[in-house]
Formats: sequence, C-alpha cells, structure tokens
Amino acid sequence: MYKMSNKLRLFSFILMVVGILGIGYGFLQAPGNEAEAKEMLASHSDHHGEEHAGTASHDEAHSEAEEAEHVEHAFHQMANRPWSAFMVPMLFFFFISVGALVFYTIQNVSQAGWSPLLFRVMQGISNYMLPGAIIVFFFMLLSTFHLNHIYVWMDADTVATDEVIQEKTPYLNIVFFLIRSVVILGAWLFFRHKLVSNSVKQDEELNLSLYKKNLKLSIGFLLLFIFSEAVLSWDYMMSIDPHWYSTLFPWFVFASMFVSAITTIALVSIYLKSRGYLQQVNDSHIHDLAKFMFGISIFWTYLWFSQFMLIWYANMPEEAVYFVSRIENYKLMFFGTTAINFVGPLLILMNSDFKRVNWIVVLTGILILVGHYFNFFLLIMPGTVGESWHLGIPEIGSLLFFAGLFIFFIFRGISKLPLVPKHSPFLKESQHYHY
Amino acid sequence: MADYKLLAVYEDDDHLVKAVKETKAKKHHIDEVYTPFPVHGLDKVMGLNHTRIAIASFMYGVLGLSVAVWMMNFMMIDDWPRNIGGKPSFTFFQNMPAFVPIMFELTVFFAAHLMVITFYMRSKIWPFKKAENPDPRTTDDHFIMEVSAAKDNIQSVAEFLHSTGAKEVSLKQS
Repeated sequence: MYKMSNKLRLFSFILMVVGILGIGYGFLQAPGNEAEAKEMLASHSDHHGEEHAGTASHDEAHSEAEEAEHVEHAFHQMANRPWSAFMVPMLFFFFISVGALVFYTIQNVSQAGWSPLLFRVMQGISNYMLPGAIIVFFFMLLSTFHLNHIYVWMDADTVATDEVIQEKTPYLNIVFFLIRSVVILGAWLFFRHKLVSNSVKQDEELNLSLYKKNLKLSIGFLLLFIFSEAVLSWDYMMSIDPHWYSTLFPWFVFASMFVSAITTIALVSIYLKSRGYLQQVNDSHIHDLAKFMFGISIFWTYLWFSQFMLIWYANMPEEAVYFVSRIENYKLMFFGTTAINFVGPLLILMNSDFKRVNWIVVLTGILILVGHYFNFFLLIMPGTVGESWHLGIPEIGSLLFFAGLFIFFIFRGISKLPLVPKHSPFLKESQHYHY
Repeated sequence: MADYKLLAVYEDDDHLVKAVKETKAKKHHIDEVYTPFPVHGLDKVMGLNHTRIAIASFMYGVLGLSVAVWMMNFMMIDDWPRNIGGKPSFTFFQNMPAFVPIMFELTVFFAAHLMVITFYMRSKIWPFKKAENPDPRTTDDHFIMEVSAAKDNIQSVAEFLHSTGAKEVSLKQS
C-alpha cells in the first residue's frame, strides 16, 4: 500500500492556497464596469493611446463611436480573463484524468499483458474525475447565469442579431447544454466507479467473472467516450467561437488530452518508483509509455497540421478567422506550442535507449505537459479574452490551484488501493515483461 | 582455424535459444544460426552487435527531407513560380504549409527504400543469389546451429550438441 507522504500533501496544499490567492487577485483586479476598463486601458499602454490619437485626428466623429465600441469589447475581454484563466487548467486537468481512464480501458479491451502493474496508477489518476467534473459542471452552470461572457451564444441579445448562431440554437441552447453536461459527465463517473470497484473486488479473490465484467464495461465506456468526448469538446471549447467549426476538432482535443494523460501516468509511475514503490515496474514499462508519448505527440501534430493546412489553403474568411486571431495575437505561443509538442518529443524520444532513461522521460514529460497546457490555452483564450490576454497572476494562480488539487486527489486515489492488482489475469506477464 | 563445422538441427525455437546459451557458456564458437523466422532474443543470446539500421534510417530520412525541400524550392519558387489558389508563390517560407505533405512523403520514401536496400546489401542478398543455408529444412520448420570444431575434438563437441537437445548433428567440411 502506498501512503502519501506529508511533504507531498503539504506541497499540494501550498499549491492550492497560493493558487486560490492568485485566482482571487484575478477576480478582484478585473474591471467591474466599462469606466474601470477604460481607465485600465489608458494606464496599461501609452502607445495604445497614441495609436488611437492618430486615428482620432483622421475622422473625429467616427472614431469616437469606434472608441466606445472598443472599450466595451475590451471590457468584456478583461472581465472574462479570470474566468478563462480558471477554465484552461480546469479543463486541462479534468481531461487528463479522463484520458487516464481511457488508457486504462484500452488496456482492458486490448487485453494487454505489459500494463497491469500500472493499473493502479491509471485508476488513481482517474480519481480526480469526481472533483474535476463537479468543478467543471459548476463553472458551466455559472456561465449560464451570465456571470461571464465566455460563451457568446448564451447571450440572448447577441443571438437575436446573429443569424449564424440562430441556426444553431436547436443544439446550442442553455437547457440542452446543461443536460448534455450532466448526462455525459455522470456517465463517465458511473463507468469510472464501476470499473475501479470491480478491479478492487478482484483483489480479494480470483474471480474471472469480474474480469469479464470489466472487459465489457471497458468496451461500453470506449464506445460512449468517443462520441461523448466529441460532444463535450464542441460544447466546452468549439462553441466559444460559435461561427467557426472544424470536423476534426474533437480528435484534436482528444490527442492533446491523451498524450497528457499518458505522460502523467509515466511521471507518476517514475515518482512512485523513486519513492521505493512499484519496484516491479522496470525500464521496459517506462519504455512502452514513452513510445506512446512519442507516438501520440506526432498524432497530435498530424491533426494540428491537417486542421491548419486545409483552412490555410482554402482561405475562406469564416474559417481562416480562427487562425488569424491566433497568429495575430498569440504568434509566439501558437508556433512555439507546436514546436514544443512536436519537435521536442520527436527529437528527444526518437532514440530507443532514451525512452528507457527515466530522467529523460521526466524531462520530456514536463515539456509535453507544459506544451499541452498552452495548447488548451490557445483553444480557449483567443475566443474569450482575445488581444487582452496576459500570462500573469490569474493564469499562473489557476494553474497552481488545479495542479495542487490534481496532485492531492490522484495520490489520495493511489493510496486507497493496493498498488498491485493481485488477481489481474495478465499480472504475471506484466511482472516478467522485458523488451 | 577450425576446419570442421558441425550442424546441429533443432525443432523448436526455445530449445535453440537454450542450446545457443549453453554452447556459448562452453566457449564453443557459433558461426551462424539458420532459422525459418526471426527468433525473439536470439541476437542477444548470440552476442551479436546491436543493429545500426535505425541510425541509417534517420540519416536517410534527413536526406529525403532535404531533397524534398530542395525539389519544391526549385520547382515552385526558382524555376517556374506559379500562382495556385491565389497563394503568393514568391518565397519558400510563405508556401511552406503546402509543401509539408511532400516533405513528409519523401522523408518516409527515402527512409523506407534506402533502409531496405541497405539491409539487402549488408545481408549480401540480391536477385538470383544462390541460397547459403546448409539444409532446406531451415526454410520450413527446423533450426540449425553451425558450430566450428577443431579436428581432434569433433566427437566431444558433437556429443555436447546432442546433450543440448539437438535432433541430429552432422559434419560439414569447409
């Protein structure tokens, strides 16, 4: 049995407390009305004001209306900022924990022999699903109360003048949105609960009927997941830009969450090994995880590029605007993320021997996690905060808070279960696994 | 130099791997092992060097990528600039996204084909080459280990090979 060390517990609590302070600061410093926003705009950047002075002399009356519109726009963006900053790590860590469960069910369905030693790590990471899902749901509920302007299609005034969104209202309406969230999050939690409790029951006695039950549950979960993940990625992320759509968007989100989840599994396994647990996990297991990290990173890049190139080539305004807003305001991050998530794993993990060296896997893993945090950042921020984005206290505070919460719940989850699933049918193969 | 080669025939890959281990431990020299299919772990047991084909394949890939970059730049930018789909075809960089699929394909093409050709050359295989294996059964379901022995201890080596589970042991003069 693993016991969470006091140091780690303290570390996660410190992260949460510091994070809450950062989140609180973010909400306090966000402008409450347009006058405050105007003041902040003026004090933030003098060159911004100068630019406006230049246009003002050009056409006095016109620019004043423009100025007012600009202030209103900037106000909404700045008011959104703490919410968006909260939303990015919220979805990122929640999807990591779901991704770990997906990886676990894939092991069950493929009847993999190498991985049973890591089952408890995967189940432990999926322990964050419950708190994660509750926070996600309440965040979405608050959004429907118009406390923020993240989802523009929730605003009745905007929809009244927007034909494109009007056509989508049979799907994009608040009631159906909340129903989808409840049903899908609930179904995922149900499957997680069933799978883990069956797996724990199996520790007490060798019972193949439980194994078969989990196999069937896993198949059911994967079938449900691949459709419901698409729905949630449309709802939570693609609907931020309700005019724009991409048919491979759910896959793109899935690749990002899957590679982050596998990376987290590898990092947690290496951490547990370094604390003297999971001694039967050898370099070959880490090698396999690193192969997945390498492969799914390239899969992510493939989808990133497929989405980018088709839109770039066709150059249709209603599609291209998605990338225009990202390249204009987030240029370094947009291309930097792709470089980190593609070139990093490609060059570091290509060598077969490097995949067996734990510190190299840890280093690349941290790189991948940072890169995919920014991938989520780029999925959410440009549509909600636009050009008013910063990487400041609200963003870092939210990241720290969720990192702390995540660490606390995954290690608590691992400490509740015996580390080795004693009667898993393929356990022997996993213990003797070598490449 | 040992003048004589003993051919030990095995019927099972696990027996073969065990026999190779034992023969190595006895310090007999194994010249070659003939198998109908790749036997997992045999190269490690025989003490063969690790393959360097991965490094070769990486270099072929880089070569393919370079050829693709050069080719697309020559065709679409230098030699005959064309305006396709309203894209400004004046610099390589501006058109790069359209070239990425070609760069990818040529990387794979070069890596795959040159790797196969390298493998054939290193294994000394070419069309119409006469088979080198001493017994046609090694292409079906038998495994043969070729062990060299000095003239005065042929008998003892042969007896040892029998003890490792060989189905038959025969002498081949070289």
